[in-house]
Amino acid sequence: MAMKRLEPVQVVKQRRDAALSALVHGVPYVQFLGIEFDRRGDELTAVMPFDQGLIGNPMLQALHGGAIAGFLEVTAVIGLAWSALWEDLENGALDIEDISGGKMPRLPKTIDFNVDYLRSGLPRDSYARARVNRSGRRYASVHVEAWQDQRARLFAQATGHFLMPPRDNG
Amino acid sequence: MDSAKIKMAEQFINLVPHCKALGMKLTLIEDGVAEMELVYADKLVGDPETGVLHGGAISALMDTCCGTAAMSHPSSPAGTATIDLRIDYMRAATPGQNVTTRAECYHITRSVAFVRATAYDDDRDRPVATATGAFTVERK
Repeated sequence: MAMKRLEPVQVVKQRRDAALSALVHGVPYVQFLGIEFDRRGDELTAVMPFDQGLIGNPMLQALHGGAIAGFLEVTAVIGLAWSALWEDLENGALDIEDISGGKMPRLPKTIDFNVDYLRSGLPRDSYARARVNRSGRRYASVHVEAWQDQRARLFAQATGHFLMPPRDNG
Repeated sequence: MDSAKIKMAEQFINLVPHCKALGMKLTLIEDGVAEMELVYADKLVGDPETGVLHGGAISALMDTCCGTAAMSHPSSPAGTATIDLRIDYMRAATPGQNVTTRAECYHITRSVAFVRATAYDDDRDRPVATATGAFTVERK
């Protein structure tokens, strides 16, 4: 049996980074909150650098609950879209030219989102990771954890349900 | 609620940087009830293909409105923080239209305020989203 030739690492990285960048930079609200994604293989970490515009309580210098909810929801939606995209991206079913040209697959739609505020958000950079607990043909369930200085000390977590975009099996 | 208190609430919300960045306005405040408006803006779009607002922007509006309703309750002595907030998205908000929210603090104890809210666009018969939340009751 012939061994499948492995692609050079820079080709693989470029393709994955281009797809992720198109997904993240195509959404205005993600830019509004200043969120970027760190990628290690298929694992994503969302990063929301501290900004004065994210403050909800000027006296306590605490992050706004809405900004935290937005950060968690962005992490969930991008994480879910990314995991749905991954296979097509790796087996070549997805055209990288299309992606860079702005033709991205449709994003999942939020059905409900439940945020747990564990402690107040400090004037620090925030990090979050999403875990897709179930992803079916139509519905998905995603859990998100967010922290600031210490990974084990979460300041917020959330669970959401999402409607998956219809797949065109053309 | 007297007009001085309303003025104070308006000023308070205008001082919140994130509310200012989003373009939120307080339109009504009574005992345990608040109404707010989010002006449609391109920077808040979640789906560039359709121009529909991101759920996060709606969450921020709901969170602020619910918190304001909790604080405006006669039994609430001071500030508040969100303990938990759940949002159900019934449909996409129509692109180009402002989103308004009405929140009501329907029960309050010495430590917790229970609040629910509904968000609408121009079509008042079909809500865009509903929210239920629990908020802390801070002592003075």
